[in-house]
Amino acid sequence: MKRLLSKKNLAILLGILLLYGVIQTLISLGILRTFHQVNLITICISVIMAVSLNLITGFTGQFTLGHAGFMAVGAYFSAVMTVKWGVFFPVSIFSGAVLAAVFGVLIGLPTLRLKGDYLAIATLGFGEVIRVVLLNTKYVGGAAGLFGIPRLVNWTWVFFAAVITVVVIRNLLWSSYGRACISIREDEVAAELMGIDITHYKVLAFSVGAFFAGLGGGIYAHYFYGLQPGTFGFMKSIDYLVMVVLGGMGSITGSILAAVVLTLINVVLQQFSAIRMILYALLLIVIMIFRPQGLMGSKEASLELFRKMGRRSGNGSLGSK
Amino acid sequence: MEQFYVFLQQLINGVSLGSIYALIALGYTMVYGIIKLINFAHGDIYMMGAFIAYFSVSYFHLGFLSALLVSMAACTILGVLIERIAYKPLRGATRIAALITAIGMSFFLEYVMVFFVGAQSRAFPNVLPALRIEFFGGKVFITGKELLIYGVTLFLVVLLQFIVRKTKTGKAMRAVAFDREAAMLMGINIDYTISATFALGSALAGAAGVLVGVYYSAVNPLMGMTPGLKAFVAAVLGGIGIIPGAALGGMLMGLIETFVIAYGQSTYRDAVAFAILILILLIKPSGILGSNVREKI
Repeated sequence: MKRLLSKKNLAILLGILLLYGVIQTLISLGILRTFHQVNLITICISVIMAVSLNLITGFTGQFTLGHAGFMAVGAYFSAVMTVKWGVFFPVSIFSGAVLAAVFGVLIGLPTLRLKGDYLAIATLGFGEVIRVVLLNTKYVGGAAGLFGIPRLVNWTWVFFAAVITVVVIRNLLWSSYGRACISIREDEVAAELMGIDITHYKVLAFSVGAFFAGLGGGIYAHYFYGLQPGTFGFMKSIDYLVMVVLGGMGSITGSILAAVVLTLINVVLQQFSAIRMILYALLLIVIMIFRPQGLMGSKEASLELFRKMGRRSGNGSLGSK
Repeated sequence: MEQFYVFLQQLINGVSLGSIYALIALGYTMVYGIIKLINFAHGDIYMMGAFIAYFSVSYFHLGFLSALLVSMAACTILGVLIERIAYKPLRGATRIAALITAIGMSFFLEYVMVFFVGAQSRAFPNVLPALRIEFFGGKVFITGKELLIYGVTLFLVVLLQFIVRKTKTGKAMRAVAFDREAAMLMGINIDYTISATFALGSALAGAAGVLVGVYYSAVNPLMGMTPGLKAFVAAVLGGIGIIPGAALGGMLMGLIETFVIAYGQSTYRDAVAFAILILILLIKPSGILGSNVREKI
């Protein structure tokens, strides 16, 4: 209890509440209009997706290209529950996330035996299979999409969903589970020799990541009125991958930062989608060549880090190479 | 009997599609064999090949053969450039970093083309005389285009096999693929050999692009994405890193896809490839012609 209510945690809590309060006030006063709200919600969803992908790719080192597939599972299942079965919407969003996690386990168990690039292709394939199946399922609207989902979530729901995602994943990573995951990233063979059940932790990371991706999908479904299978294609997975890579594979704050920045860039470049994609492509290549660990590397942004930067000596907080 | 004719006709179509997949898969498998990188941009080199042929036929009025040669030459240069600029600096980096770069390269080629020529499909002009050979009183037929695809593919595969088996560069490629450090110690120029691999693979992809342009009479900047992934799956199916395996895998992939469209649901055609992939990875990750390799610690 003493540690839970430490000065630092209280400061963070206060900061979060302050951020929420300021934006909520601005919304209530009508200063932030629908356009801004949509972007704020998109940012929060991006944060959820990027941080959960970072758990799988950045911290556990399992390169997946099917994150949008889990998002689709969560989005469609929760939408079907709310619209067709009349379930109370937080329950349906939660169920969608659980189903995504189940998919994570089902996909993870066989494919996580595969190494690096094979896994990437297998998860890409899984994402595409989900998309094609949704495309061919009349019950969820097929290619036309599933529409008529009421807008049930608002800024409060989405913001706190994002906060919960970050806190849960952060605490998971700073536990013995997280250390096991990081050791797998650093050296699988060595981790196995130290007695870590590699498959267990990989599947764990995968399913937790999938759970939050499903949560992101559920929120998406309950904010944007409609779903189309095409939304959750390979490109969507790449969007989130770019956030993780840019922010730093192995840095939660990096992912949050990148999610915010890239979402804003997207808004600016909305009319020029070809330029946006060229920019994304160049960003990926240039970062990989010159700074393969991403902007933040595996460091976390914190007051500590700024203090250290002031003293011109930076040392990573966790799992730095 | 009617069923049999349909089957034969689908077989002819399937072999054409399979030939194209085989040509793309060869490049994937060679590059993967030598630097262990899934070259995502490979499908886009194929797209570039199709576009170069499109421009040389539409604006410079070249014939089929000269368009094919121009396209293959241009793709060779493009492939080597990509390798030198984007992949070479990452040779010592992690596999994930290299893979992300390859994805970036793929998007770069696609959207640069979207930016310059637009995303819409363009009609590929007809460059071949109409030829149609009929069997069984017209119930089964084979077109000149299909014969051309068979001929060009067969020629290129045999040529590639000759280069890899008999020439000095080919031997160097196999040596580098087998053990890079040992090859280096034997005095093999690694950089040159890797570039040569990209050159060969890209030339084949370029040829595949031209053939697809001729076959389907349409080109667009995003045409390389799905066939590229499917060709990769084909390479894995045959056994990645094995050249005859890629040809076999490509052919099988083309046949399976054609028959799924003919007898099943065409909307599932894109899912089939990935379902096959997941199955192979579960049953025999080394592919049909591959042998299991023990991991050395």
